[in-house]
Amino acid sequence: MTNVTIYVTLRESVVDPQGIATTEALQKMGYEEVKSVRVGKLIELQLDGSEETIEARVNEMCNDLLINKVIEDYRFEIGEVVSK
Amino acid sequence: MKFAVLVFPGLTCDLDMYHAIEETVKQDVEYVWHTEADQLDQFDAVLLPTGTSYGNYLRPGALAKSSPACKQLQAFAESGKLVLGVGNGFHILVEAGILPGGFLRNQSLKFRSARETVRVENNNTAFTKDYTQGQVLTLPVANEFGNYYADEQTVEELKNNNQIVFTYANENTDGSTEAIAGITNKRGNVLGMMPLPERAVEEIIGGTDGTALFQSIMNNRGEQHVN
Amino acid sequence: MSINHEPTAEQIKENRLYLQMGMTDAEYERAVEKLGRTPNYVETGLFSAMWSEHCSYKSSKSVLRRFPTEGARVLQGPGEGAGIVDIGDNQAAVFKMESHNSPSAIEPFIGAATGAGGIIRDVFSMGARPVALVNSLRFGDLTDPRDRFLFEEAVAGIASYGNAMGIPTVAGEVQFDQCYSKRPLVNAMAVGLLNHEDIQKGVAAGIGNTVIYAGATTGRDGIHGATMSSSELSIEEEQELPVMQAGDPFIEKLLMEACLELVQSDALIGIQDMGAAGLTSSAAEMASKAGYGVELNLDLVPQREENMTAYEMMLSESQERMLIVVKKGREEEVIALFTKYGITAATIGHVTDDKMLRLLHKGEVAAEVSADLLAEDAPSYQKESKEPASFAKNQAIENTEPQVTNLKETLLDLLQRPTIASKEWVYNQFDTGARTNTVLAPGASAGVIRVRGTNKGIAMTADCNSRFIYLDPEVGGKIAVAEAARNLVCSGAEPIALTDCLNFGSPDKPEVFWQLEKSADGISEACRKLNAPVIGGNVSLSNEVNGVPIYPTPTIGLVGIVHDLSQVTTPGFKQAGDAIYLIGQTEMEFGGSELQQMIEGKIFGKSPAIDLDLEATRQQQLLQAIQAGMIQSADDLSEGGFAVALCEGTFGSQGLGADVTVEGSAITALFSETQSRFLVTVQAEQVAAFEEKVQDAVKIGTVTDGEEIVIKDAEGTVLVEGTVEEFQTAWKGAIACLLNSED
Repeated sequence: MTNVTIYVTLRESVVDPQGIATTEALQKMGYEEVKSVRVGKLIELQLDGSEETIEARVNEMCNDLLINKVIEDYRFEIGEVVSK
Repeated sequence: MKFAVLVFPGLTCDLDMYHAIEETVKQDVEYVWHTEADQLDQFDAVLLPTGTSYGNYLRPGALAKSSPACKQLQAFAESGKLVLGVGNGFHILVEAGILPGGFLRNQSLKFRSARETVRVENNNTAFTKDYTQGQVLTLPVANEFGNYYADEQTVEELKNNNQIVFTYANENTDGSTEAIAGITNKRGNVLGMMPLPERAVEEIIGGTDGTALFQSIMNNRGEQHVN
Repeated sequence: MSINHEPTAEQIKENRLYLQMGMTDAEYERAVEKLGRTPNYVETGLFSAMWSEHCSYKSSKSVLRRFPTEGARVLQGPGEGAGIVDIGDNQAAVFKMESHNSPSAIEPFIGAATGAGGIIRDVFSMGARPVALVNSLRFGDLTDPRDRFLFEEAVAGIASYGNAMGIPTVAGEVQFDQCYSKRPLVNAMAVGLLNHEDIQKGVAAGIGNTVIYAGATTGRDGIHGATMSSSELSIEEEQELPVMQAGDPFIEKLLMEACLELVQSDALIGIQDMGAAGLTSSAAEMASKAGYGVELNLDLVPQREENMTAYEMMLSESQERMLIVVKKGREEEVIALFTKYGITAATIGHVTDDKMLRLLHKGEVAAEVSADLLAEDAPSYQKESKEPASFAKNQAIENTEPQVTNLKETLLDLLQRPTIASKEWVYNQFDTGARTNTVLAPGASAGVIRVRGTNKGIAMTADCNSRFIYLDPEVGGKIAVAEAARNLVCSGAEPIALTDCLNFGSPDKPEVFWQLEKSADGISEACRKLNAPVIGGNVSLSNEVNGVPIYPTPTIGLVGIVHDLSQVTTPGFKQAGDAIYLIGQTEMEFGGSELQQMIEGKIFGKSPAIDLDLEATRQQQLLQAIQAGMIQSADDLSEGGFAVALCEGTFGSQGLGADVTVEGSAITALFSETQSRFLVTVQAEQVAAFEEKVQDAVKIGTVTDGEEIVIKDAEGTVLVEGTVEEFQTAWKGAIACLLNSED
């Protein structure tokens, strides 16, 4: 079994309402060094399948369902193969 | 004319659409559960109600793609017959790639239920012919992801093709690109909108500004998009 | 020793482990005696859950018996998932209010959301489609960041669940007081509709019939929620509380549609929500109510975690689960029905004739206890009751007026008090119009839902002024019911029945128990006088932080009928030139008033008085006047008194103002909270008929088109003068402003 961690963020050109609110909140709380926050999400997959095809398959999944490319960017990490 | 209210799991306001058809144009209307949508082509128009399909998990409207009804909906839209998606139904149309764009959380970060003023930007569609150009309507909105997003190039295309059908007339509270409240596809047979015309078809529930939209569908169902 | 290292029956007894589960020594001994042996670990868990206050009402039963529960319209009184009242045309309204206070104090979003989810299940488990939600909320002053957090999250939680279910929230109330700081009250009410023949009950009847589990899988969440919700919260304890049960409205919506379809099937025998104490309470109660037994094979329970023990499965409070009994042989079609909606359903047992709740797990009998013993034989306590010293002290205080120098500034300040200010910030987060039946949404006196296919409406409201109840529980109890009834009447509805949520401190404190008894007496008397029986409710005791109880808060959820939707009335003024009437005399009554709290920083003295006969007469006369079409707008006078109600009349209008003259002391006339008063407007041509109909109405002024509010005294001196806009701006933005303040 392989672990894949997908990081989803809003595209840079997209205004992130959650990020803005969180930036303001942190600054209000005294964390003045915070200049910007982007809130994204993390998707963890556990999958079977050959190592060679994993990257292509995960890209496919992202395009098909996991990501809306109009608003989101993504990158992913393929974790260690863990035995069942 | 025969309408289908296509119900994906969690589209809670199927009744609103059904009732609007009965109340306004008084035509045949049927609920079609998403697993039983293989006969969609027998209908003249498909209505996607609002609600919280698949719990709005992942992204609003996204998980509808896992249902076979999504392909059937795409085929129906391609056939040129009319499709109306409101609220979460609009989300589904966007996620299914039938309409361009994407949705973000409202600027307030909260679910927002209100009455909005909405301007008819293009009354030359099958959905809006019974309105006048520039007419300002009062329609309810109720959503947490009403913040429509499209990049510059998409906006350019939408404008060039007269696909922007509705905009917010006074305040663009949720933060939509170009204050967009509703768009059609290029061909003009699919309309997605965040305001809810089906909730504005009777005085007793707060207004009738949505009625003309259903009458337009009825009166202009044969016509396609005219730029 | 079991693999899970569960203590043996002997160890439980020896080490008094039942104490950790919330059972007292006496309760444990009672269980041993009735059972005829020492209960094992699982059985001790069953007793502790079923004999908790939440499930057994052991401390409050004696009080609940005081409520009138019968009436010509009552089809189902207290005891089932929800009460049912006839609304004519073979239809009935099903409703109940329930608290989710403890979970909301710890994890407000989840706590409030699952509260809404639970009450919705209670209603659809009766066979009714939920058509509206109401909520009643209490928080500390918004000056404390923790209280602001609790408020924002609880509101968002309720919204997330109700909105995703597509059930409109049409009414509610929010009050703020220091006594609720860190111990918020989240009371949710659901109202449903059904045809008489579709009424379902939670019964497990018919030997050999099949027990089916449907809904979300069972996990280790919320174990011992029922005992927790009956216990006091201390700040230090927060860390040790059990895993909170999270809700999934998406599953619940599908579960609801499947259950409502199942109701139409003759395969169905009984159905009940797995609420507090989950599988334990639903199985034991369904068997006990039917006079049968139930045998469950826990290996068949759909589980979301591995290696769950019988104890964990029985006490889990995982949400969105129903227990269903169907005719033997019909299992497959019922399971297929749930599958169509994507809901897990499994046969997990059958009905027996031995009246036992028997649990099988991994080939062994994990528990075997009489269902009646669990469901019906909980101890019942007559708690000690004692009038608190503060009561006599308060009663002895003469009524006086708070010191006010600037009437207009005071009015502006009152309008910004969060309890009085516009609740738009709250209700704009609720989907108020889903399913297109909402005739009156939040912001009016009551919510009104059309009964589709008829010209009737169902009206609903939630009310409770706990300050009055704190000062005088009996009078305050009467006021709570009367105020709720006023709100319905002002909307054009006839009150028919109510549900309550009794939120109090610890019943082990004699002074708290006295409050409970006295307020129940007051509520009962008002119910009789106003002809609205109690058809269900919920008790939430031990609402305390660090030993300090909240104000006694028996929230009233009242439901009424609008016989003709054209009679629906709102508080907003309609037309310039209409006459403004005040119904009812104003006395100098400031005990527990918003003005007293604002000026003095505390409440004291006597609660305003109430004469229920006078109240009933005025309500009847006003309702008749509304039904006869004499009234343009109607509002009751509540927090803040006359001046606030007058302002609200203009806020609800389209560019209208008011010009009125008041009698007597200006402070009393403007801000007293004397009961049984109404502010109405009447068209010129209806004035004569109206005055004849409503005896205690006095004309005090006129609706103007000046967009100004002018209040003068009898000599013509201007007391308050300002634009509607300046008052409205203060009132409208106050809550958002408090939430955005920094500290």
